[in-house]
Order: sequence, then structure tokens, then C-alpha cells
Amino acid sequence: MTGLADHLIILPIILPLVTAAAMLLFDERQRRLKAALSLLTLAGILAASVALLSGAASEGGEAPQVYALGNWAAPFGIVLVADRLSALMLVLSSTLGAGALFFALARWDGAGPRFHALFLLLLMGVNGAVLTGDLFNLFVFVELMLAASYGLVLHGSGEERVRAGLHYIAINLGASMLFLIGVSLIYGTAGTLNMADLAGRIPALSDDVRPLFELGCAVLAMAFLIKASTWPLGFWLPRTYAAASAPVAAMLAIMSKVGVYALIRLSLLLFGPAAGASAGFGDDWLLAAGLTTIAFGTVGALGARELTRAVGFSIMISSGTVLAALGLGDDRALAGALFYMAGSTLAAGALYLLAEILARDDIEIVEDASEQVFADEYQDPFDQETREEAIAIPLTVAVLGGAFLACTLTLAGLPPLAGFIGKLAMFIGALSSEGGGPGFAGWTTVALLTLSSLGVLICLARFGVAELWVPAEEPSPKVRPVEFAALAGLIGAVLLLTLFGGTVMGYMDQTVAGLGRPGEYISAVLGAEIR
Amino acid sequence: MEFILAVGIGVLVASGVWLILRPRTFQVIIGLSLIAYAVNLFIFAMGRLRVGAPPALTSTEAIDAAQYTDPVPQALVLTAIVISFALTALFLVVLLAARGLTGTDHVDGREPPE
Repeated sequence: MTGLADHLIILPIILPLVTAAAMLLFDERQRRLKAALSLLTLAGILAASVALLSGAASEGGEAPQVYALGNWAAPFGIVLVADRLSALMLVLSSTLGAGALFFALARWDGAGPRFHALFLLLLMGVNGAVLTGDLFNLFVFVELMLAASYGLVLHGSGEERVRAGLHYIAINLGASMLFLIGVSLIYGTAGTLNMADLAGRIPALSDDVRPLFELGCAVLAMAFLIKASTWPLGFWLPRTYAAASAPVAAMLAIMSKVGVYALIRLSLLLFGPAAGASAGFGDDWLLAAGLTTIAFGTVGALGARELTRAVGFSIMISSGTVLAALGLGDDRALAGALFYMAGSTLAAGALYLLAEILARDDIEIVEDASEQVFADEYQDPFDQETREEAIAIPLTVAVLGGAFLACTLTLAGLPPLAGFIGKLAMFIGALSSEGGGPGFAGWTTVALLTLSSLGVLICLARFGVAELWVPAEEPSPKVRPVEFAALAGLIGAVLLLTLFGGTVMGYMDQTVAGLGRPGEYISAVLGAEIR
Repeated sequence: MEFILAVGIGVLVASGVWLILRPRTFQVIIGLSLIAYAVNLFIFAMGRLRVGAPPALTSTEAIDAAQYTDPVPQALVLTAIVISFALTALFLVVLLAARGLTGTDHVDGREPPE
């Protein structure tokens, strides 16, 4: 091991783990210290992710970076692999995490015990899941992420959260069982859990174990489809996310994308053209799942009666969009879908934060919330003394309205913001599929995407009118400076995506092109030198 | 032995699924535990069943992969047991909280209308 640069890959995992462990030493009264520690850690993760991203972007056609844990060579030891897709997910999760954390600092971090530790562990799970190159290790990181999210969904307590959390945990425990069954079937038939090694072995599988292997992959995919909340497995998402406290819900927006990430990674790595008899396995199903999810999400969003639920449905739409593009098998469409995913995840996170601000003057502030179950644990976030003076910023409503507009345009995929660039690229990809014009699948995708844009636009515009065009005698909601900073950061990230649309789109194209060459990934992992 | 194990896994999963479909929280948690046991047995079986074979080879003998039991599934099962056990414990805490808040053990937090 030479310089610090070699260890860059493991930083996004080890930093939050160490800080979260250290935080357990301090009790709840030292909140400022904890907040400072969290912010520092997040700054570190963000810096490491950006460094990895710029490294991946600048290398051009070069291979992914590989980090062998414990210095064990690839098929035997567990490796971390950072390619362009992983780097993209890392930057996305840490940006969203920064926004959510800033927002939480205003008061939500005091609404229950150990917010900061759980929050960092959630980030660690997400980062680990997108970096690992081993299927079972992926399971472990996903479970870490979920365990932290169980705690966070309950954060702030209250009957609705506990009930939604109960369903959420039960569903995810079931999904974890499917995950394990899939992984063990794959191990039993192919004899390895290293993704790169596995990809190399698929063409040579004998015909009597191949159906069993594909069955294992299908069961595994079910687990990821539940996480990505595709129809008909995603009914739990809008309700759970709506019940969670605002910063947590914003952070959860990235979790459904971890399922999408795993599907992209495994589908393109294992079932590319080089996979012999299994090439293209499951593509049609992914396309169908993606399209029905878009349709279901649109109908759900139109029928939603609360803003938070509508945002949950738009998260489903964005997952479905990526899956449909993946199933289409067109590079340009997938690149566009990744672009849309980045923009819409940030916008959905921002919209959850906005929804909480807008709902402030509407609700009777959690008075009868609940009896305490654990007497020492819960405090009401609205009860305690304010740590920071709430100031009435002039033109609050105008600024909030602007932010709402930006989120709406991004989620609906309308010009001039980031969502439009992604959707346009998807249209071009879907309609120019090789072999003489677009097929039925391409046209269906384009039609559904257009309809879902319209649906999301109608739905969000309706909420915008109801929440923001209120008569002037009602006081405008009070927003704290850190909350503004959080919102501004997330919206700013969306604007940056738009401004540098060409560069980012180029990066996405490179990402998809790299995913289309699994040989590079395999040789990078298996041929990684041990230092 | 394969037959016994297969029947055992099948019965555990069937009972687990039946319990999960009940509307009572405690039955759901027991159902999930049963399925977790079944899945652990399943992972174990994926390493092929061997009786009396050593888990690792000694250095004195010639190496023959057919001589020993695959140790990887056992390591996987160990991890899976720890994780599913911990998460079930967490689920139990949430269950108790829900019971305390809603005063009923129905999974929806209220009894369906008669």
C-alpha cells in the first residue's frame, strides 16, 4: 500500500462507520458536537466521492479502480470496485445526504435518539452497496442500510410512523429472504459470489444447472425490484416515505435507487452479449416492470391527496424510467435515464423538505402525538426550545414557490431543467433503436414517458396552487436559515446538472459504454495486483 | 438426508408464509423467523450435503476438493443468522411500540369493522 490515494475507495465506507461508532460515546445533550462531527464526516465523504468521480471521468477508457480488502486476491477475497456508475451513485448519495443533514440540523435531529449515528450508518450502507464487487457483501451492506433506515423511519415517533415502519420492516425482511435464496442458488450453481468471477463463468455453465442459475438470478432480482419499488411490489413506498420525517424521507429517496443500481450493475455485467445462452436474460421483464411502474406511479400521483405521497409516487416513476431504459437495451436511452435519475432523485429529496415546510402552518403541531413507549427516548421536536431564531425571510413564499417550480419541472422532465435533458436523450435512444426505426417497445416507452410527464405536472401543479397561492392573510411559513441552505443546495445541484448538461451527459454516455464492456470490469477485478 | 432436509425447508416456509398472511403482528414475526430458518438451511444445503467430511483440508494430505465440505456456505449462513436475528429483534421492538401506541396487535393498528 502506497499513498493515501490508494485508499480513497474505502473512505466513503470507513469514515461514516468510525464517526457513527464514536458518536455512541456521547450522550444526547452534546448535540452541537454531534452535528459538527456529522458535517465534517459528510464533507469528507463528499470530497472522496467527487475525487473518485473526477478520477473515473478523466481516465477516459481506462478500467475501474479495484481495492482488495485485507489484500486478498479477487475470487477469494472481497473487493471494492469503483467505476463510473459507482462514483455517480456515491456523489448522488452524499449530495442528497448533505442536503438532508443540513435540514435536519434545524430541529429534526433532536426529535429522537441517535439521529446522527443512524444517518451516517445509512450513508455507509448505501456507499458500501454501490462499491462492493461481491454478491454476499452486497447483501450485508444492503442490510446495514436497511437496519439504519428502520431506525430512521421511526425517528420522531408517533403512531403513523410506527405503523408504517412495521409494514416497511416486514416487507424488507421478506425481501432479504429472497435475496439470500437468490444468492445461495447462484453460489450453488456457479460456485462463486464474486461478481466479476461469476460473469466469467456464465458462458461455461452446463445446461442442466443453467435453469437453476437463472432462477436464482430471477429471485435475486425480485429482492431488488422490491427495493426499487416497481409495480406490483412497490405499494409500500409512498406510505412509508410519507410517514417518515422530512430529512429522512429525503434520504430514503436514494435507497430505492440502490435497488435500481444493483439491477443495472448485475444485468449488464452478467447478461451482456458475452453471456452465451443467458445473454439478455430478463430484459423483457425489466422493460415490462419499468413500463407498468411508470403507469402505476402516474395514476398514483394523480390520485394522491398529500404532497408527500405524490413525491413517493414520482420516486417510483423515476425508478421505473431507469428500468424501462435498461430493458430497452439502448445505450443512449439508458444514459438519458441515468441523467433523469440523478436529477429526479435530488428534486424528490428537495420536494420532501419543501413539503414539510409548507405543511407547517397547516397542521396542529403534533400535540396529542402519542404516549411515550420508551420514557427516556423520545422528545417532541416542536416542544423544545428553538436553538436558532426562526426569522421571517422576506419573499419566503416567492422563494419557496421558485424551489417548488424547479422540483416540479425536474420531476416532470420539462424544459429547461435537468429532467428534460434526460428525457430527451431517452426519447432519442428509444426511437432510434438499431435495425430500422423504433419498435413497439420504443414507441410505448415514449408514449408512457410523455403521459407520466403530464401526470406529474398536473399533480404537482395542483399541490403548488393549493399550498402556495393561499390568501395573503395567512402567515407565510417560517423557515430557518439552515433549512434554506439545505433547499438551496439541492436545487443548486439540480441547476448545476442543467448548466453542465452536456458534460454530464457525456459522462453518462461513457458510463453506459463502460457498462457495455463487462470484459474490462472482469479483467480489472480478477487481474488486480495485490500490493 | 436430502429428502428430509427438503421436506424440512418446505414445511418451514409453508408455515412461515401462512403465519405472515395472518393479520396479527406476533404471528407475522414468528412467520418471518420460520422463513429465516428455512432460508438458512437452504443456504447450507447449497454447499452440497456431506456427512463426516472435514470443513478444511490438512496440509499433510494431497489436496482433493472432493474430500471436504465446502466451508463458504457455512460462513454465509453464520452471517445470515446474525443479520436476520438482529433484524428480527429490532422488529420485535417496533412491534411492542406499535402495540403500545395503538392498543391492538392487528397489523394495521386497528381492528377491521365487524
